[in-house]
Amino acid sequence: MTVARFWRKIPHRYNLIGTHCTTCGEYYFPPRQMCPSCRRDGKIESYQFEGKGEVVTYTVIHTAAKGYANQVPYNLAIIKLDEGPSLTGQVICEPKELEIGTRVRPVFRKLGEESEKGMIYYGTKFVPE
Amino acid sequence: MRDVAIIGTGCTKFGELWDRSLRDLFVEAGVSAIVDAGIQGEDIDGLYMGNMSGGRFVEQEHVGSLIADYSGLAGDLHVPATRVEAACASGGLALRQGILAVASGHADIIVAAGGEKMTDVDLDTATDALAAAADREWEGIMGATFPGLYAMIARLHMHKYGTTPEQMAAVSVKNHHNGTMNPIAQFKNEITIDTVLRSNMVADPLHMFDCSPISDGAAAVVLAPADVAKKYTDTPVYVKATTQASSPISLHDRVDITTLDASVVAGQRAYKMAGLTPGDIDVVEVHDCFTIAEICAIEDLGFFEKGDGGRASENGETAIGSRIPVNTSGGLKACGHPVGATGLKQAVEIAEQLRGTAGKSQVDGAGIGMTHNVGGSGGTAVVHIFSRDR
Repeated sequence: MTVARFWRKIPHRYNLIGTHCTTCGEYYFPPRQMCPSCRRDGKIESYQFEGKGEVVTYTVIHTAAKGYANQVPYNLAIIKLDEGPSLTGQVICEPKELEIGTRVRPVFRKLGEESEKGMIYYGTKFVPE
Repeated sequence: MRDVAIIGTGCTKFGELWDRSLRDLFVEAGVSAIVDAGIQGEDIDGLYMGNMSGGRFVEQEHVGSLIADYSGLAGDLHVPATRVEAACASGGLALRQGILAVASGHADIIVAAGGEKMTDVDLDTATDALAAAADREWEGIMGATFPGLYAMIARLHMHKYGTTPEQMAAVSVKNHHNGTMNPIAQFKNEITIDTVLRSNMVADPLHMFDCSPISDGAAAVVLAPADVAKKYTDTPVYVKATTQASSPISLHDRVDITTLDASVVAGQRAYKMAGLTPGDIDVVEVHDCFTIAEICAIEDLGFFEKGDGGRASENGETAIGSRIPVNTSGGLKACGHPVGATGLKQAVEIAEQLRGTAGKSQVDGAGIGMTHNVGGSGGTAVVHIFSRDR
């Protein structure tokens, strides 16, 4: 990912700032500039998520994504935040500690890096509460 | 809108084809299809080509012009060529665009083709190119891979419905068995449940043998108005439905992670368009990029109740000779999955079944067949229904 592409979303990546539609009351993370329910009638504002939630499903990845080989095995989960929306993120713990329904909280971590001279990606991971 | 028919089919071998390039594959499949249809280059009104990622796999965009050129259709004839992309559903979508072009009356003879050359890059690059079918900014950057996304579908399917690793493995065993009867298949070896369960874990609970391979290959069909199809062939295959549906690109934004609702909707639209029900389908090619994907597909398309797909697969209810034979070609798992080619290869397989030329994997008396092609983890689904009789 290029520097500009990563940096323009830094508030969202670092702090779980998503959006909220005041027309229908739905919360969105990742952030959306158009409410998919209300479309043009939606009024979107920024919203800081607390970031606590529950594991909906998970996997332990053994064949890594590009740039993640040094992290295997790593846990990847879909997490439903208490405010409503679901997101994809890594959960840092032993695989046996992880179950569907495990409560998690967010932590600020290095996600990965491109190369010695490239970008270091920081962002949000999760740990069991 | 006019009725449309397939009047010719062609397909290359699928596999690791080190001696062949992307253009070689497309041209071979296209030429086989037009020879089968008995037409000439001068007859062709347009080309639609499914290709997911020439840019990443062979650093080649503008694939439409390239293939028209190397097919001898660009220099003098200037035949319009359009590349179509919807990740792993690129082929199915190219077929759909071709059908719509003929149905609209804008074109008479169209060649719809799909192809991908995936083995010219290392595994890391191929995995990353495929990961581009998910949301790069909110799935890929978190370390998501395609096996990882489908593994999360599998985990929840197991949790909600009691689906087991053995049931998923049964899909792979069946598809490998079907592959042994398909001359173009990448894998023609029988495997056992143990082969799957003892293979390396890629993304828990999916083993290597739960995953479709990296492949090269191309497939093509020639389309014509149904009214004139018999002029070209004694055995046209009629298009009864062509449908498509979108869903949120990210798995985490789906209403139910164990249901690909794009498949459900595209399926329902197809049954409605054709005036048919799941019970009318004699043979189906579904998008088994992973074993769990076939289990979800046979549920989402209405062949089995939600949650019953694993049990049905283990019980042999999707084998040739059963009520609904699934993936007689060997599917993506054993026939191979050159991503842009898959949707067209599915159509070629169903056409062969309906023409009665499917060889050892022939389904007796097959009259109506379906194809189901998925992009990404379910952001796009394309469904077609074909019939032997008009």
